[in-house]
Amino acid sequence: MSLLINLGGIVLVGLIIWWFWLSRPGGKKPLQVSDEVTIVVESGVYEPGLIHARAGQPLTLHFDRRDPSPCAEQVIFHGLDTSEFLDDGKVTTITLQNPPEGEYRFTCQMQMYQGRLIVD
Amino acid sequence: MAEYRLSISGATCQGCARKITQALTVVPGVSEVQVDLEQQQVQVTAKDDVPTERLQTAIAEAGYGPSEPHCEGVVNESPSSREPAATDGDVTLSISGATCAGCVRTIEEALRNTPGVKKAEMNFADRTAQVSGSASVKSLVQAVEAAGYGASEISPEDDGSEQEARELAHYRLLLRHMWFGLGLGAPLMAWGLLGGDMMVRPGETSQWVWLGIGLATLAVLATAGRHFFVGAWKAFGNHNANMDTLIALGTGAAWLYSMAVVLAPGVLPEAARHVYFEASAMIIGLINLGQALEVRARGKTSAAIKRLLDLGAKTARVIRDGREQDIPVEQVQLGDRLRVRPGEKIAVDGEVIEGESRIDESMLTGEPMPVEKNIGDKVSAGTLNESGTLIYTATAVGRDTALSRIVALVKKAQGSKPPIGRLADQVSAIFVPVIMIIAVVSALVWFNVGPDPRLTHMLISATTVLIIACPCALGLATPMSVMVGVGKAAEFGILIRQGEALQTSSKLDTIVLDKTGTITEGKPEVTAILTADGQQDDRILHIAASLESGSEHPLAQAILREAERRELSLMEASQFSALNGKGVTAIVEGQRYRLGNRRWLESEGVTVTLETQSLTDKGATPLFLATDTSLLGVIGVADRIKEDSRAAIARLRDVGMKVVMITGDIQASANAIAKEAGVDEVMAEVLPEDKAKKVKALQQEGRIVGMVGDGINDAPALAQADVGFAIGTGTDVAIESASITLMGGSLHGVADAMAISAATVSNIKQNLFGAFIYNSLGVPVAAGVLYPFTGSLLSPVIAGAAMSLSSVTVVTNANRLRLFKPGRRNQ
Ligand SMILES: [Cu+2]
Repeated sequence: MSLLINLGGIVLVGLIIWWFWLSRPGGKKPLQVSDEVTIVVESGVYEPGLIHARAGQPLTLHFDRRDPSPCAEQVIFHGLDTSEFLDDGKVTTITLQNPPEGEYRFTCQMQMYQGRLIVD
Repeated sequence: MAEYRLSISGATCQGCARKITQALTVVPGVSEVQVDLEQQQVQVTAKDDVPTERLQTAIAEAGYGPSEPHCEGVVNESPSSREPAATDGDVTLSISGATCAGCVRTIEEALRNTPGVKKAEMNFADRTAQVSGSASVKSLVQAVEAAGYGASEISPEDDGSEQEARELAHYRLLLRHMWFGLGLGAPLMAWGLLGGDMMVRPGETSQWVWLGIGLATLAVLATAGRHFFVGAWKAFGNHNANMDTLIALGTGAAWLYSMAVVLAPGVLPEAARHVYFEASAMIIGLINLGQALEVRARGKTSAAIKRLLDLGAKTARVIRDGREQDIPVEQVQLGDRLRVRPGEKIAVDGEVIEGESRIDESMLTGEPMPVEKNIGDKVSAGTLNESGTLIYTATAVGRDTALSRIVALVKKAQGSKPPIGRLADQVSAIFVPVIMIIAVVSALVWFNVGPDPRLTHMLISATTVLIIACPCALGLATPMSVMVGVGKAAEFGILIRQGEALQTSSKLDTIVLDKTGTITEGKPEVTAILTADGQQDDRILHIAASLESGSEHPLAQAILREAERRELSLMEASQFSALNGKGVTAIVEGQRYRLGNRRWLESEGVTVTLETQSLTDKGATPLFLATDTSLLGVIGVADRIKEDSRAAIARLRDVGMKVVMITGDIQASANAIAKEAGVDEVMAEVLPEDKAKKVKALQQEGRIVGMVGDGINDAPALAQADVGFAIGTGTDVAIESASITLMGGSLHGVADAMAISAATVSNIKQNLFGAFIYNSLGVPVAAGVLYPFTGSLLSPVIAGAAMSLSSVTVVTNANRLRLFKPGRRNQ
């Protein structure tokens, strides 16, 4: 019994590491490359949370905020020197002019809402 | 395996693609769907044969059949419940549910087909539609709804208050949730504290009572705590973990354990038959309380931005087809002619075409004196017309006005972070999974080496670790302070472009001040004219003014103004050329003249025969006028120092700054100004292009240098400096090229900016320190390191209270910055 619980705990730790760090979403589903995306901000996530864009092209993002919690009020693109306030119940458009190639995180101020932007 | 390629139509965006994918994956046998928007095709992979008709039907049902040219990939949203009255003019509608460009046509058509509509255009980017005509707003909204989308009117006057109303509604909801959680949790907890029995005994009535309480707690979790569980689940699906994850796991574990005790107490050892329903309910209640308090406190952090936004006019009086009408300012178009009457605000940036008036521009520039405006002058949105009536054409509207750019700049800066916050960022990003691991490990440790009841201790330590470790405080520590600090600076007419500038300017030890326009007014005047033998004042001024007639240089402007004052009409100058840092030369009345500095003329072989000591002693710059060979006279031009420069420089020196003045002027006149202004060091006779080198030299001495200049000819030096302060360019594009822009002309702005920066950085440090301490002490305590000394574990309820207070503390501390006053002005 005690062996089982210990083993269960270790497996659980492994699963946490695997799910949150090792396996990343979007690997299997076909990625859609797009230069215009609508992102719904609701219940602690950005949907879609993974955006694929082409380098050298302006990228237009429409953030549709449906979440009144203050955490959602701002989106910050780390490494792109871009941030914007999102009005509750409205769509806020952000245009990234020629984002350089790379992978960027976009999050709320607290980093509770997390998304990834891949530019290649 | 089978593959199908089918054509689709009307799918114009990712929303459509998702919808099609969904429709096809539910068809039995289909394993993969790939939508190609460009080719308007979809590729379907199936494990075994699927009838093509089946796939086509699925596509058609989703609304993208090959012959259906419209797009319906939309979610219908409930529109606003307000019922605005009929209109007789333009209406702006906010459109919801339009997820792709193809929807635009559908919506426009629906609007145009509404009786009374003359024109309807939709802007996809910001999801608004402009409708003109006589249709009622209600009928327009209905038309859009009938087409499958949502619409509501954007009335210009309640743009901000709508947001406030939503905030208030959210606040009230959180409070309701709090009462629900505490209403159930507090009595239960009181019962436990007063010695009531919290144990379940198999077969007794108490088992049924606890079952009822358990179900009531489930109701709390499903209502007041619902958003934590939904958020946690959604984040989990995205391979993310957040605050919701911790709360959902913590309260969920406590509830599940308690329910297991209630349903099957016999299975557990007797000492572990304790229920923790009260903890779940209390935690949900307390965290909702914390969030409510946070919403309240946060509302204040953006006060500065709200004030800036309030500066903008709501309506504008346009003159179209000879008729004047008031329209919402959003609808003003480039080139529109607008009228502004006394006491009204300028609606958009423009150029005056009729009338004259005085305009109070203090909100943009900080300068208290109203500015005279005549035909051809520029006016800026948000400024106040004081006396006369003006007609102006719109040269920038909407987001392009100076005011909007300032607001955008401040907002953007508020989202940037100084380097000091980056560590916290990295910690935040991996924090939640780490806490989950700590919770598991802690539970295992209690299970293996802990005293009995082991199961209970496992549960409490894991739950408490999860609940206490809210990363909120850590995540908020930097952004909240930056937000308030940058906003505070904006109130003082200081635009900080990046969080980085905020941090660096708190570390400066040297300030380099450009002389002209920074220490001085930048509007020099002719103070004296010295003449060579046989020459006259007016003649010298006449020639000099004619030479300079095309020049924008401030010294030239002084000569031109003086010539105008003396009513000298200018002569024609040909073959004009200007030599940077030297002077100008041109041919007037067949004779070549030079006007410039002594060094240049002497190098050209002119003998300077006049003594100019008397001019330079008074701080005037001598300009030498000569023919090819002989000197005709000297014009002394002086630039008065700004009224408050001396006090501001004294303030800078008081906080330990080394203050350096840099100028192209000759040493003697520079010294005179420097003495009057009270600077430590003078760098005179520096060519504009060498200013950056001087800044670099100071940096190589190990100094951290702030450069203050007027933003145009000082651009390289501003860029070279650790922090560049552009001064007095409030309505100029230059606000986007300096780290910090001082909208007003006063040097006090530099001292203010540094004081605000220092206060903000120390506020960030307090917040970060608090948050790190909170988590680095809170987590081990929750895990039970104090157990050997205290003999008890931290209650999850206490952890819930501590967690909900942590982020409130950070936001409140950041708000303290709002009360900060950057030293006293004048003296
Ligand atoms: Cu949070």
